Amino acid sequence: MEIKKKLLMSSKETRQDKFGKSISYLSIGFIILLVSLILYFIISKGLSTFTQNNVNVWDFLTKQDWSPSSIGKDGKPEVGALPMIITSFGVTILSAILATPFAIAIGIYMSVIAPKKGRKFLQIIIEMLVGIPSVVYGFLGLTIIVPMNRHLFGGTGFGILSATLVLFVMVLPTITSLTVDSLNSVPKYLSDASLALGATRWQTIYKVILRAAIPGILTAIIFGMARAFGEALAVQMVIGNATLMPKNLITPASTLTSQLTTGIGNTVMGTLGNNALWSLALVLLLMSLVFNIIVKIIGKRGSIK
Amino acid sequence: MTGILQTENVHLYYGENEALHGFDLNFNKNEITALIGPSGCGKSTFLRCLNRMNDLRTNVTITGSFKFNGKDIYSPSIDLTELRKTIGMVFQQPNPFPFSVYDNVAYGLKLAGMKNKHKIDKIVEESLKEAAVWDEVKDSLNKSALSFSGGQQQRICIARVLAVKPKIILMDEPTSALDPISSSKIEDTLVRLKKDFTIIMVTHNMQQASRISDKTAFLLNGDLIEYDSTQKMFVNPSNKKTSDYLNGEFG
Repeated sequence: MEIKKKLLMSSKETRQDKFGKSISYLSIGFIILLVSLILYFIISKGLSTFTQNNVNVWDFLTKQDWSPSSIGKDGKPEVGALPMIITSFGVTILSAILATPFAIAIGIYMSVIAPKKGRKFLQIIIEMLVGIPSVVYGFLGLTIIVPMNRHLFGGTGFGILSATLVLFVMVLPTITSLTVDSLNSVPKYLSDASLALGATRWQTIYKVILRAAIPGILTAIIFGMARAFGEALAVQMVIGNATLMPKNLITPASTLTSQLTTGIGNTVMGTLGNNALWSLALVLLLMSLVFNIIVKIIGKRGSIK
Repeated sequence: MTGILQTENVHLYYGENEALHGFDLNFNKNEITALIGPSGCGKSTFLRCLNRMNDLRTNVTITGSFKFNGKDIYSPSIDLTELRKTIGMVFQQPNPFPFSVYDNVAYGLKLAGMKNKHKIDKIVEESLKEAAVWDEVKDSLNKSALSFSGGQQQRICIARVLAVKPKIILMDEPTSALDPISSSKIEDTLVRLKKDFTIIMVTHNMQQASRISDKTAFLLNGDLIEYDSTQKMFVNPSNKKTSDYLNGEFG
């Protein structure tokens, strides 16, 4: 009996194993619950504009007048989010276009050309740039870039151009460090093979290393775009926050995020004005989902075995 | 037999550490020369001197004379890219680029600035045929080279080197990562290539050296112990260390 009991009893190691397992499952369950609650909240609030206030989804996405407190000519509230959507994409794409060449150039320097010391030095700078809070970037933009643009182009200085320049500095470290990672992950034996075939170092860099790293670089750009798309505070400080269709780069405009930060304190929960902001948040959420999916697809297609 | 590559008094240092202790090795045209010896004896290091791949490492000092067709390959006036085209290299691990088979083989040609699509097509086909892999890849030239087996990848890499028409091909244990069947295919390929190229091969596989090489050099701890025709080396080596090594006493 004694022996049987001893043999059937779970050992100390087994119990530890079970304990560890249950802790991780609990944590996972908690995270999943949290995420689904957030999703549920944003989706239900975001949809209430359309369910409670009877705003047409199509109108919301395509109309250009944003003034939730007033009733438009057609007797419906004016909640056209198109200007914000366009501006959001505008600053995102422009800042990514601006930052990518710099990121690739710095990345090549860091992963292929620089001696060890230079690499470390740049690494520290990039990590510092990532760590600076966005409000500081916004403040710098407000005191340097906005006056500069005002001086150069006239007007107020607030607008898409200022936001793009601020976002450029903010997404540059993100894109650069991910680009460096993907360049570093190109195996050394590929550049050896290229050099042994009589390629120069520059030919090796752009014909082999860059080409092999393209999927990783695309992922880096998308990550940078996701950051630019979601950045609220710094953009709000320099873009001017006018919910107008952008006509050029130097007049005030408003992104989804800047409109959210500007408006959320001035509306009452449950009113149309508040619900409409939740709908903007829903658009943001869906877009970040799209960015994530794109990253996943690129990662799957382009991975080097 | 005419010599194509002469080396004299080769010393190589990793920092303070002397890895090759000064020896002479001459290689004949249209022969396969095998470099054998236990791990760490300096075979691969020596091989990488011959197309100056050691230049890529920092902290390496090389002295001695290396003459290819009478020209010093370490002379400052030499065109390094031209040298590496003339003295090609196949590595231990199959290392095709993550591009299509066609782009892999055409890589060296495009580097050289060849634009004529028709001509490139022709050389790609010839090279893959010479490397005995054409029949296996001809229907999927646009597929990634990585989707083929290790042995096929290695033959694609050989074709990639052949395409730039080298005079000498250096091979650093080209079959050590492959199964016996792929290895024997590559050995057959090498024997056929001998009539057009000079091959210098590092190998750990004694049978392989005895099967396909004309001459064998035995290196031990950075010294050249014996260098002779393969037949003589394997049947009647003159140095005791050589016979001990070949009989598996050490290494």
